[in-house]
This record gives sequence, C-alpha cells and structure tokens, in this order.
Amino acid sequence: VAPVQVQLVVPMAVVFGPGSVPGDLPRPLPFRDVQEMEISVNLRASVTSRYEMRFRSTTGQEEAALAAATAREADAALHPLQDTTLGSLTMYVVPETSSLLPQGINVYVGKHRSALVRAVGSLAVLQARLREVTQLMSFRASSIAAALSDRVPDGQLGPAARRYLKSSLGYEITFSLLNPDPKSHTVDWDIEGAVNRYVKPVLDKLSLVANFSVDSQILYYAVLGVTPRYDKESSSFLLSAHSLPHVINPVEARLGSSAASLYPVLNFLLYVPERSHSPLYIQDKDGAPVSTNAFHSPRWGGIMVYNVEAPASPQASLPLHVDVDMARVMEVFLAQLRLLFGLSREEVPPEFLLEGAGNEGLADWELDHLLWAHTVENIATVSTTLTSLAQLLDKIGNIVIKDDVASEVYRAVASVQSAVTKLSLGHLRAAFQASKEAVTSSERAFFDPSLLHLLYFPDDQKFAIYIPLFLPMAVPILLSLAKIVRETKLQKKEPTKMD
Amino acid sequence: VCTSRFWFNYRHVANTLSVYRSVKRLGIPDSHIVLMLADDMACNPRNPKPATVFSHKNMELNVYGDDVEVDYRSYEVTVENFLRVLTGRIPPSTPRSKRLLSDDRSNILIYMTGHGGNGFLKFQDSEEITNVELADAFEQMWQKRRYNELLFIIDTCQGASMYERFYSPNIMALASSQVGEDSLSHQPDLGIGVHLMDRYTFYVLEFLEEIHPASQTNMNDLFQVCPKSLCVSTPGHRTDLFQRDPQKVLITDFFGSVRKVEITAETLSLDRDVAAFESK
Repeated sequence: VAPVQVQLVVPMAVVFGPGSVPGDLPRPLPFRDVQEMEISVNLRASVTSRYEMRFRSTTGQEEAALAAATAREADAALHPLQDTTLGSLTMYVVPETSSLLPQGINVYVGKHRSALVRAVGSLAVLQARLREVTQLMSFRASSIAAALSDRVPDGQLGPAARRYLKSSLGYEITFSLLNPDPKSHTVDWDIEGAVNRYVKPVLDKLSLVANFSVDSQILYYAVLGVTPRYDKESSSFLLSAHSLPHVINPVEARLGSSAASLYPVLNFLLYVPERSHSPLYIQDKDGAPVSTNAFHSPRWGGIMVYNVEAPASPQASLPLHVDVDMARVMEVFLAQLRLLFGLSREEVPPEFLLEGAGNEGLADWELDHLLWAHTVENIATVSTTLTSLAQLLDKIGNIVIKDDVASEVYRAVASVQSAVTKLSLGHLRAAFQASKEAVTSSERAFFDPSLLHLLYFPDDQKFAIYIPLFLPMAVPILLSLAKIVRETKLQKKEPTKMD
Repeated sequence: VCTSRFWFNYRHVANTLSVYRSVKRLGIPDSHIVLMLADDMACNPRNPKPATVFSHKNMELNVYGDDVEVDYRSYEVTVENFLRVLTGRIPPSTPRSKRLLSDDRSNILIYMTGHGGNGFLKFQDSEEITNVELADAFEQMWQKRRYNELLFIIDTCQGASMYERFYSPNIMALASSQVGEDSLSHQPDLGIGVHLMDRYTFYVLEFLEEIHPASQTNMNDLFQVCPKSLCVSTPGHRTDLFQRDPQKVLITDFFGSVRKVEITAETLSLDRDVAAFESK
C-alpha cells in the first residue's frame, strides 16, 4: 500500500482587539508565523498540518463590531468582515477583562468560521489556547485518524472513529414510520412538510459534501424483534440498552431500498409502540430512561420511539388519531444525522462556548471539519486503489487495458496530484472537488468489468494440454529430421568412398 | 453458493438452503445475502414433493421455506459471475440485490458446496474455479477493503485444498474434508429418491439450530462440529491468517448480525417558526 504524504494548510488570521495584545510579541504587528505539526497515523500515512497565521490588529469596523453587547451579536457583526473561504479561520482576541465572553468562558466559537478568544498574559499561553481552538474548528489528529481508519486494525479505533461514515459521492436518506398496531393508532405524519422545513436546510448545507436523496415510507405491522419489559414502578415498558442491537435486524428486512442507486443508505425510523406496550422508554446502561427516547447505529441510521399519550377517557374509540410532532422528531433525527457524520460536540473543553448551529444543522467550521476529513480519506483511497491496480496489472501480464480505463487512470492521477497541491496551498474547496473527481475516476477504472482475469494457467495444466497435442505430431517430424540428417551424412561420406 | 446442477445433486441445494435459512434466522436480511443456486430442486419436475427441499428424511424441516430470495439462479451461476460478485467488477446495469455492497467493516461469510477436487471446485459440470483464482479474488477484495473479516466454509470432496492458497489477512476457513478424502452424504431418502444432505453441513445445521441472536458461542465450537466418527471425513480449518483468537470470535459475528448501537444523547434545537422551503 502506497505511503500517503499530505500537507494540510490552514490559513488563519489572529486579530488583536484593543487592549488585548500580549506584552511579549516577537515582532510588532502585523506579522506572519507558521506552525507545523505532524499527525502520523501509522507507518504508511503521514499527514502534516501547517497553520499559516497572520497576526494583526483590528480595523475600525472590527472594533465597532467587537463593542457589541453579546458574543453572538459580535459574531454576527463580524461575519461580513471576515475571510469566508472554506478552510480559513479567524480568531479575534479580546481583552482579558472583556465582558463580551461570559464568566468562566475563555473561548466563544461562532456559527461561521471565527472565534472570540480571551487574551492571556503571554504569547506562548495564548498560542496554546489558539491551537486548541483551531484543532476544534479544523481537524484533530483523531479526526484524521478516523478518516484513514480503514488502514488501522479495528481493535485500535476509538468510538468516534468507529462512528465515522465513509466518504461517498451520495447518500440516500430514508425516513420510515413504523406502525405495528394500526387498529389502535392512525398515525399521520407530515413528512413532506417536515423535510422541506427542517431537513432541506441541513442537506443544502451539506450539498457540497455529497448528493443527497430523501425518501419516506410507512410500514404497517412491523414489530420490534425484542419484547419490552414491564416496569411496575413507572408503569411503563422498558427496552434495555443491551437488547437494542437486536431491534434493528428484523425491521431491516422490511425496509427495502432503492433498486437503482448504489449509495449508502441512512435509515431513520420512527416507531409508534402498540397500545399494549405503551408507553415505551429506552433505558441506557445505568437504567435511566433516555431523554430523546432514541438510539442510533453507526453507518446505518437511527430509531426513535414516539409514545402516544393515553386518551383522556378510557372509552375513547379506537383507532386513536395521532398527529406526530414533526419538529420534535426532526430535532432528534437531525442530531442523529450529525452524529452519523461524525460531528459531535462531546469533546469540547468546559471553558469553550459553542454557538448552536440553528436550523442549518451545522456550523461552517463543522462543514470544514467534514471536508478536511473527507479530502484526506479520498486521497488515501485513490492512492490505495491506483497502487493495487498497478500491482494487479504487474502480476497478470496478459490483461488488456481498454482505452477508457487508461484515460480514467490518467485522470485520477492528475486529480489526486491537484488535490494534494491545493491542500498544501490551503484551498480546501478546490482540493475537495479534485479529490472527489479522483475517487470517481479511480473507482471507475478499478471496477471496470473488463478487468476480470480468468486466465489462470498453472504450469502442469499447460503441459497437460500441449503435450498430447504436440507430442504425437512431433514424433514423426523428429524421426524424419533425424533420418534426413543421417542420409546427408552418408551422402557426404560416400563420394569419398567411391573414389 | 451451490455449484451443482442436476437432480441427483439435490443435496447440494439442500446444503446451501440450510445455511441460508440459519443465517436469515439469526438476523441477516435478504438485502445482505447473495444466494446462488445452480439448479432448482423445489420446482424440479422430478420432485415428488414440489415446492419443498428437505434436509432430513423425516421431512420435519423444509429448508426452502416461504421467502427464499435467490439472486443468481440456474445458468447465471458461473465462475465469472461469482468472481464478479466478489471483486465488484460488475456491469453497471446489475441491480442492487445481485451485488456485494460490502465495505471495510463488513464481516463476510462465504459458503460453497458442490463437487470438488484437489485445488478446484466444479461449476455446473462445465467449468472450474481453482484455489489460486479464489485466493486472488480475495486479495482483490482485501486491496479494496471490501471486507473486515471473512469466513470461508466449503463442503466438497478434498475441500481443504481450496483454502491452501489464501494469502490475504483476516480470513478464516473451514472445510469438510482434507486433501485426498471424499466428503460423504448423509442419508438417502427412498421417497424422494436422492441423498438429501451432506454429512458436514447436516451437523453444522444441527449446531446452528441451537444458536440464537444473543448467543455467545464461539468459533472453536464450530471447529468441533462433525468429528471423524460421525462424518467419516476429517474436517479441517485454517486460522493462521486471522488476527483474532478464534476462541473470542462469536458465531454471530458471521452468521448473524449484531450491530453496534449508541444511545442518542444530543438533540438539535430547531427554530419551529420557519417557512417551508420550496421543494426543488
């Protein structure tokens, strides 16, 4: 497997607001500095990160924006003044005593590509804090390792890495409503409205990453494979955490998938429990009920249990009409979608305050996060594919390479080289596009149906085939050749004898 | 994969269907199974009990069942198609159900049965696949990370020769007989007129019927199935390419499907008063 050597360049601007400049600057503002770090995944993949920082002081407009009352307003005001190219970051350093950041909070990360950092006395400590922020907002060693996780044995992966969804050109998202008890519940869900209102903004934001197609279905009489336990104390039914893995399989058989597309499918299931099993809660490992009443499985999707309130009067006529609160459901499903893509906010240090992403589902820097990881993964995949293709062609000399396969290979090589160059220049969007093209071309070349070789001829089979054919023919030929040679020898001798 | 044609090879179809049924029972859905049967026994004109395939002469288990989904049938079961499915070099018009859409986290179980010899397996009485081709196909799969771990089970005469040449990592192999030995069939049924199943797969099926999705039985138990006293041939296995200890590998890792699941602890907060986007 070919070694992958990639340099990831993050262009950054560190802007010092008035009163926040540390005393020990090496040079007067503005100046540039570069920090390089090696993130080595294993022997054969080495990724270096290079932060190109431009230190400068605030312009008049930025100062005015930083004078806002809250961090959120400051962030909104600063947004038009920033460099918004994909992959770049801007850090605004505010004075230590500034009231812009709440008490105890040292860093505020906004929705776009900037953060407000509280100043510290010395440059060294400030730089350490800045490094933490940049790692959160661009990429960490662990996220790069997760992207390259197919080169690492499974036992060594952490939970975030295992969750990682492989980069693909497209994803199919399927929303399914499971109603096992249609006699008791008539469930109405306005899925189309919910998709348009809540899901589309998120998918539009992710449209740079991949093509998404959304469909939905309703399944009747689909039951969970597990019988929930009845708990007297809470007079509800409980599904324990260790029975959850067995829930998915019986349902999956009925889910179906689009026959035409080959993209990975992400399933989001909404389960309305039967009247005899209501209300149904999911328990976590400690036995406490889960607030979202939902769980997800990496690379597959998520399931949420939607409990129907018991009717006010016990003589209410069945079936009960249920109108699903789509906003609550989508809050959970979209959170699961984020987790499935590897965007979690769990590893944030306590003194950081992260702005919620709102209806777009993810902040700009989270999109960058995905793009860095996917670009690195694409480049690694292309290099593996092309190397293995080359090895295959070396081993089997008599495979015929069609012209279009050859041109796909050339295109893949050109694209991956361009992607690596663009990464080293800090152009994330162009690098990502190039890496996507490289993956498409290399996959098309590798999986071309014409490259199947069935021509394995072991040596003993060659003998077995050719000898019975040629040996009988060869025997009379060789014998007559021998006879001719003997006769010419005799003829040469005879004239001397007769004389 | 069942590679044999003709009515008297009923037992090979029964073998394959019994493994198919165990795997479905333990949780793997049809979308994740590629079933290749070279001939149709259930609807064969010579079958006195149509629409059924039995594994034992007491007729208690109809392995054909009600929801068999055969992906490659009859003349579509060829060495070329088999290798195409494994390596993924499939024409673009092939539907999803006929493809192996696995990735680097998939554990794959491959079960093959039919007539074999030292180093080859016969397909449809007209072609063969050699152990070298199979090893190369697995290597192509490994290069493209089309599997995480692979379990290869083969029930043919001289089956152990088929796994001799594997060289890719993370492969475990089981065979019903060693090189030079023949795999024997279990028992004939006088009503149907043919041998119903092979010994090795019969005992494997018995073993698998005891497994349920939450079972903790490991691979070492599977290696003990069918000792020489019952099977007449000596089953063999190969685990040197496999990274984990077979003692720690659960049967359900390959025969069933137990997913890793996480509780969703976060929610997104959505602004509810949002105008609907126009659908594009």
